[in-house]
Amino acid sequence: MTLDLALFLVLALVAIATALGLLMSRNAVYSALFLVLNFVTVAVFYLLLGAPFIAMAQVTVYAGAIMVLFLFVIMLLGADALPKTDVLPWQKPLAIFMAVILAGEAAFLLITKARPAGDILQPEAAINSMDNLRQLGMALFSDYLLPFEVTSILLLVAMVGAIVLTHKEKGAQK
Amino acid sequence: MVPINYYIILSAILFTIGVTGVLIRRNALIIFMSIELMLNAANLAIVAFSSAIQSFSGQIFVFFVIAVAAAEVAVGLALIVEIFKSKRSIDVDQMNSLKG
Repeated sequence: MTLDLALFLVLALVAIATALGLLMSRNAVYSALFLVLNFVTVAVFYLLLGAPFIAMAQVTVYAGAIMVLFLFVIMLLGADALPKTDVLPWQKPLAIFMAVILAGEAAFLLITKARPAGDILQPEAAINSMDNLRQLGMALFSDYLLPFEVTSILLLVAMVGAIVLTHKEKGAQK
Repeated sequence: MVPINYYIILSAILFTIGVTGVLIRRNALIIFMSIELMLNAANLAIVAFSSAIQSFSGQIFVFFVIAVAAAEVAVGLALIVEIFKSKRSIDVDQMNSLKG
């Protein structure tokens, strides 16, 4: 067993365990913290796959910004311990049963139908992170310039939308 | 090296856990986090494929997915805060009327 494979297996266990922890924990704050750990393990997978820029973006944007926003909202609403409501009794087993079918189907199709290559080859160029960054930047600002600009407009619209949604107008009736 | 199939199976498992979270949890915030988990699983599959075919396009798509996810979270959390203000609850079973 190579070092890469051992690292992958351990991190895969951590990723699945934290995802299950997100699912199971009763307290929303614990769920958010489990999700942070899951994002960090996925960032390490990106490093293993030779994508250092995406790994760093994952840590700063997902684990940093998005999850802090989640934690702010959880604590703002005081929703970390919601009272239990009556649930449909057949819903949980049915959902888990269908989820298992979905996982089996997805893995089966992805493995049998879409097999691009056996192993992941790591090119010598991609191991050098500065080279990866340079190539990514060149592609982003030449071939993908229009999507990049559209994304900036999308972020602006999302910001304005969030402000409009939570903004209370002066003199408006409650 | 790690076979790409392992990454694909891991991605499928994470995606399925996200789907299960959306199906069985009633807390709107947890459902939202499960959606983030699914986006993340899809990103992992994209990066694995992009690394297998030695192409940078996949990494750029993942970059855009992360940006869109950030925008989605900002608007979604604003909506959840508004719903909480009017209903005093973020249980999705309570959200059964269009009029606040």
